[in-house]
Amino acid sequence: MDVGIVSYGAYVPRFRITPTEIGRVWGQDGKAMGKGLYINSKSVPSPDEDVITIATAAARHMMRRVDVDPADIGALYVGSESHPYAVKPTGTVVAEAIEASPELCVADLEFACKAGTAGIQMVMGMVGSGMIRYGIAIGADTSQGAPGDALEYSASAGGAAFLIGREDVIARFNGTLSYTTDTPDFWRREGQPYPSHGGRFTGEPAYFKHVGEAARRMMERMGTTPGDYNHIVLHQPNGKFPQRMASMLGFSNDQVSRGLLTPMIGNTYSGAVPLGLASVLDIAMPGDRILAVAYGSGAGSDAFDLTVTDNIKNYNRAAAVTIDGLMENTKELDYATYAKYRGKILMKG
Amino acid sequence: MTVARFWRDIPSRYNLYGTRCDSCDKVYFPVRHICPGCRRSSIGRMQRHRLSGKGRVHSFSVVHDAPPHMSSLKPYAVAIVEMDEGVKVTGQLVDVDIGEIDIGMGVEAVLRKIGEEGQDGIIHYGFKFAPRLD
Repeated sequence: MDVGIVSYGAYVPRFRITPTEIGRVWGQDGKAMGKGLYINSKSVPSPDEDVITIATAAARHMMRRVDVDPADIGALYVGSESHPYAVKPTGTVVAEAIEASPELCVADLEFACKAGTAGIQMVMGMVGSGMIRYGIAIGADTSQGAPGDALEYSASAGGAAFLIGREDVIARFNGTLSYTTDTPDFWRREGQPYPSHGGRFTGEPAYFKHVGEAARRMMERMGTTPGDYNHIVLHQPNGKFPQRMASMLGFSNDQVSRGLLTPMIGNTYSGAVPLGLASVLDIAMPGDRILAVAYGSGAGSDAFDLTVTDNIKNYNRAAAVTIDGLMENTKELDYATYAKYRGKILMKG
Repeated sequence: MTVARFWRDIPSRYNLYGTRCDSCDKVYFPVRHICPGCRRSSIGRMQRHRLSGKGRVHSFSVVHDAPPHMSSLKPYAVAIVEMDEGVKVTGQLVDVDIGEIDIGMGVEAVLRKIGEEGQDGIIHYGFKFAPRLD
């Protein structure tokens, strides 16, 4: 497969809230909750941020790092479960904001937390077939947990964008596959503001089964073992699941750590694996091999096997903010401000 | 604001498209059809010009009494930003604490929600200015 990542960009809002602060309001031991989930803080979007602004910021950072004419971009897919409109595609605004309009395919995707990686697969197919020269896939979310629900400790905001093509790729896709079943572990009905979940059912039969199967099948197809990879990026609804999953698959903590951002920013849903992959690419060296496995409730997993190329040496990473840069200059919120920012306070009119 | 009126401003609001006078090279934002300096000689010579989005805070003011759609953000700062191209553009400052704003600080345009027409109306997006991240 002669298709790869030409550029990438990331964005995480500046604001943070800690599990201790959330627990204080709901009469729970937030500190213990944070320790149990391995989440020290989660990102919170400003009231003037949503999936459109986050996806645009990530896409602009991505475009800054390369000299690619936006007119050569033939497709743009935004995966999210918090698109601002039910009808009116997020991608139309993002495409206009990076001047990739008008001759391109655009659609919004939804598959819980793996809609962004589903977009990567679609663009890989279009680029690989020669249908388009470049395509963009973005995973971004401003996810919400119902006040007082366990999800509130993790649901956060962020996103990353990938420019996929065949020329000057900084990381080549060796292969991809998906593992999909009908497993109702987490859902949100049309018109409902907050999702519902099956509690512990989201673990073994959902996350661990799908991520594990996709990872094992990917390695079987590639003829690889955990030792062949420098990094593994797994979906990270909390900090614990990906560590446990990686260990079950035979990977070490060192292979997991660079792609694990949830302890600092919470679960960015569709942004999670894209941001983890961006974090790995921020420090990747030529020849590094990466296994990335996303998970979307409902349920399915997308696995990718990548090898970093020599082109990364000349790639202008410094032209846009890195993941480490996005972890600086953060501002912690109290619960009241967080509730105001997330629209959890009923206002008049 | 009607949908069509906002839609016409999308190039300016998303990507800071203004105009440049081909006669004296001066850049204007928002769009001008005639250069006030060159007047008649600029007719037909005003070119579409995209600003870099980068500039410095020239002056700012803090808003404490905000319109309803901005109430969750108050207090917030509105700045006159001198863009790298020399033209001055007014916009809200975001991602910076009020006490940390300095005259001359480097900022760049970011896309944010600038308003929405109720719960079922259109959401308006446009530029605001944030401290430079890179």
